[in-house]
Amino acid sequence: MTPSFAAPLASLFASLCAAAIVLFARLVTAVRGLWVGVEPVARQRVYYANHCSHGDVVLLWTVLPPRLRRVTRPVAGADYWMATPLRRFIGRRVFRALLIERESTRGSAGKAALDGMTAALDRGDSLILFPEGTRNTGDTSLLPFKGGLHHLAQARPGVEFVPVWIAHLNRVLPKGEIVPVPLLCTVSFGAALPIETGESKSAFLVRARSALLALAEEDER
Amino acid sequence: MKASPELIAVLGGAFALLAVATTIGQGLARRQPADHASPVIDNLNARINAWWAMVLLLGLACLAGDTAVILLFALCSFAALRECLTLTRTSRHDHRALAAAFFVVLPAQYVLIGQGWYGLYSIFIPVYAFLLLPILAALRGSTERFLVRVAETQWALMIAVFCLSHVPALLTLSIPGHEAGGVLLIVWLVVTVQLSDVFQYVVGKLAGRHPIAPSLSPSKTREGTVGGIALAVLTGTALHGITPFSIGEAAVLALVVTVMGFLGGLVLSAVKRDRGIKDWGHLIAGHGGVVDRLDSVLFAAPVFFHLVRYFHEIA
Repeated sequence: MTPSFAAPLASLFASLCAAAIVLFARLVTAVRGLWVGVEPVARQRVYYANHCSHGDVVLLWTVLPPRLRRVTRPVAGADYWMATPLRRFIGRRVFRALLIERESTRGSAGKAALDGMTAALDRGDSLILFPEGTRNTGDTSLLPFKGGLHHLAQARPGVEFVPVWIAHLNRVLPKGEIVPVPLLCTVSFGAALPIETGESKSAFLVRARSALLALAEEDER
Repeated sequence: MKASPELIAVLGGAFALLAVATTIGQGLARRQPADHASPVIDNLNARINAWWAMVLLLGLACLAGDTAVILLFALCSFAALRECLTLTRTSRHDHRALAAAFFVVLPAQYVLIGQGWYGLYSIFIPVYAFLLLPILAALRGSTERFLVRVAETQWALMIAVFCLSHVPALLTLSIPGHEAGGVLLIVWLVVTVQLSDVFQYVVGKLAGRHPIAPSLSPSKTREGTVGGIALAVLTGTALHGITPFSIGEAAVLALVVTVMGFLGGLVLSAVKRDRGIKDWGHLIAGHGGVVDRLDSVLFAAPVFFHLVRYFHEIA
């Protein structure tokens, strides 16, 4: 068993880490949150965003007001966040990430991942989801979406599904580079998707993806 | 701390001016109907508040000494370079060149200025950085839009680092009879050029009728430009006492730096129009980015530096 003073110490350290991560993100990217379609209010939401870099979670999390940060959990791959003790600590204690097995998102592991997400929603938390399923390192702006987003929307239609476009971060830290190049980044929050129960998976995913792409185009202008 | 009486006097004057501006701005804000807030007045008050912070920062740095001033301008260069490079169309093959621009070239330029090594800091970026960075980019093997990528990166360095570093470079000049007065040269340059921007804005808002460069900067007017520059030249001339210049020299130099500043504003406005943006960034509330605030200083500083060096420094 851990001694009784270890828990508050770990939580203090987690808060310090959180402050350091936010400061670092702001120093490098001067990131701004643009609340285009929704307000930063305490509604239960699934924020779904484009995924180019490991820093995506950090930027989205940085621009959330602290009171929303405390109830918002990123869904992330266990393979990355369990790899080293530091990542484990940051993933679990700082971001409170909901770690899922990415290798087999079909079948039983996929069902376990989805159950984990619905359970987190039922506890009242909001989620950050990257529906492309993996980092997009190519030249297309957005990969096809995986089906989990549809499943969640059908299972919990009362939750707001908010598209989030993270701009320029792929230039700050391209795949394989270690030193980030400081460039200005923005995180735009679009209007929540209207959810229709019984909508087919492909129709919903097309709609969700085009809402995110529309937000990206708006950002370009 | 080496607070010369001249520095204290100029800072005191700046704060008095800001106090007047704040009183007028708040008065205007109170007089407007609550449901009909004017964006121009809101922006005016945001600008005035940001001016308090900027004057305080520069004032504290000047009081703290040369190292603090150099550090302050290095940080401004960092923010400005970040804004400029965000606009460029570089690819991931430029990553190392960009990282070198931020973490090697920028600090090196300011270290050289700290050491007062004129022979190197005046050519370091235009010679060594401009040769090194394309080499780094070429070694990555991608030739796509190579010239555009290299040119945009170099111009960003030129504007954000090389030009801006000529403000603290004034500290390295040794002028007979004006020892330890480098910081006052900086104060004179910044006050004259920035007041010119402020006067151009105020005169333009009050009496501006005819646009001077409608395709580049629709809000700039002939009346605002001429009136603003004239008032700033008067102020710069009146402040000749803190500089080694005679009244006549101060008037000519004030005219040169305010005209350069105005033209710098036009050039950087053209870049913004080309890239379809309104502001360079959002770091300074009411003003936009660091480049929006410093555009005039960027173009005035190197010219001012070399004129002063040529005519006043001992060989």
